[in-house]
Amino acid sequence: MIKFQNVYVSFPAKGKNIEAVKNVSFDIKEGEIFGIVGTSGAGKSTLLRTINLLQRPTQGGIFIKGKEITNAKGEELRKLRLEIGMIFQQFNLIHTKTVFDNVAFALKAAGKSKEEIQKRVPEVLELVGLSDKTFVYPSKLSGGQKQRVGIARAISNNPQILLCDEPTSALDLETTNSILDLLKEVNEKLGITTIIISHEMNVIKKICDRVAVMSDGEVLELDNVFNVFTTPKHEFTKSLVNHTINLDLPSRLLHDKDKRILKIVYSGDRAEESVISDTVKTFDVHLNILHGKIEYITNKPFGVLIVQLDGTAANVIKAENYLKERTFKVEVINDRI
Amino acid sequence: MIESNYGELLDNLIVAFKETFLMCGTSIGLSILLGVPLGLFIFITSKGLFWKNLVLNFIGGFLVNIIRSTPFVILLVLLIPFTQFVVGSTIGPVAASVPLAIVAIAFYARLVENSLCDVDKGVLEAAIAIGASNFRIVKDVLLPEALSGLYRGLTVTAVSLIGYSAMAGIVGGGGVGDLAIRYGYYRYQTDVMVITVVLLIILVQGIQSLGDFVAKKADKK
Repeated sequence: MIKFQNVYVSFPAKGKNIEAVKNVSFDIKEGEIFGIVGTSGAGKSTLLRTINLLQRPTQGGIFIKGKEITNAKGEELRKLRLEIGMIFQQFNLIHTKTVFDNVAFALKAAGKSKEEIQKRVPEVLELVGLSDKTFVYPSKLSGGQKQRVGIARAISNNPQILLCDEPTSALDLETTNSILDLLKEVNEKLGITTIIISHEMNVIKKICDRVAVMSDGEVLELDNVFNVFTTPKHEFTKSLVNHTINLDLPSRLLHDKDKRILKIVYSGDRAEESVISDTVKTFDVHLNILHGKIEYITNKPFGVLIVQLDGTAANVIKAENYLKERTFKVEVINDRI
Repeated sequence: MIESNYGELLDNLIVAFKETFLMCGTSIGLSILLGVPLGLFIFITSKGLFWKNLVLNFIGGFLVNIIRSTPFVILLVLLIPFTQFVVGSTIGPVAASVPLAIVAIAFYARLVENSLCDVDKGVLEAAIAIGASNFRIVKDVLLPEALSGLYRGLTVTAVSLIGYSAMAGIVGGGGVGDLAIRYGYYRYQTDVMVITVVLLIILVQGIQSLGDFVAKKADKK
């Protein structure tokens, strides 16, 4: 659907050339929700903006449905942008227009008739759940409602692509979730290829199918979200993931006891098997859970447990080997027995 | 102090106010008609967002600056040939309206440009991302979003014009300010001076309040 081919973007700034995006190449599939994650200044927003040419790449090519758009200009560029919706962190609604007129603006831009506008605006407002705010000015809306208007405006012309530039970074946690749910719903109902930028792994985890991790203008790794969470390859990704699956134990537990401490990672179907009780039964060991978390990423379970094993040395080792066999990964945190 | 004849003063005041309204009204009207397009022109030629053209931008900005940096009294005299050409006379309130209008246009154009600069860049960018034409963005986003600022600028322009119009007496333009100078200063009729000044204060207050009210109504932020 969208293809980046050796894309570079650089800006002249203070006499130096800053390379915001360096040699990025990858494809985004039709209909998927694709995430781009990275810290601020990683170049993810710049990369996103090359898709509708709000930012022109310095080098390289952007292809949409196999057609190169990198050098689109004038009327051609305007037509292209009508097919690509975009929502923003700061919503960017027209303050002096009502919710209705904000959505109508996009339809007018596409040359729709008055009758079509009268019909279409209530439809999209219904879809985003804002029918009761039709004639309200944006200043009277909450952040979440503003973003809903932004989404309504962006999808009003039935675009094939929806670009989301940090769509939830100005929202609280609860509102973030409801906006992400709406984006997912829009993606499923309308089949819009959706690209979301965020600095939060939680956003990616909640709705993305695949994710590209960016740092310092480069794409470090790209995979489906489950793999990136369960087996991050790059150090940077590991630290991003660790921030979300944060399992810190007090040092008292780590060092005081003369007991073996294991970190068990299990994922996919195996997370639902009764590995723990099997281990206890089979090897006659005591297993004490110190900390744990199960996440569901793209509907697949992914869990981390920190456990203490107690028993005879031989049994503990056997149990550990058994766990290694039956789970995704076992790390030894405290190797005493 | 010469004893004032208040009946005569009232007649004079009515004439003077008519002249002031004629001069300021004409120049305000022209500053809306020409100052808004000029300010818009300077704004859109300066930004990469629209029709960036630094040469035209420089010429527009320079023109505005020349007019704004020349003291009004001098401009009044310098423009006499131009005034003669435009209205066929160099004296009277109509003739004085010409230099006043020119100052008003330049003055307001700069304020228009400032208000346009204050429009949220993100909103403009969103309109561009939507795929709206430049004309539509100017008409439906840029100008409406700047409207409150445009009203405030117009108020400032109107108030300044009333001040400038006092100098119109030099070319026989008349007006309230001129009345104050002629009677209050040249003829030592302090009471006339005080009355006219009080009336001017009321007028300016009225304009300012009206401007604030309209600007506030237009502001939806």
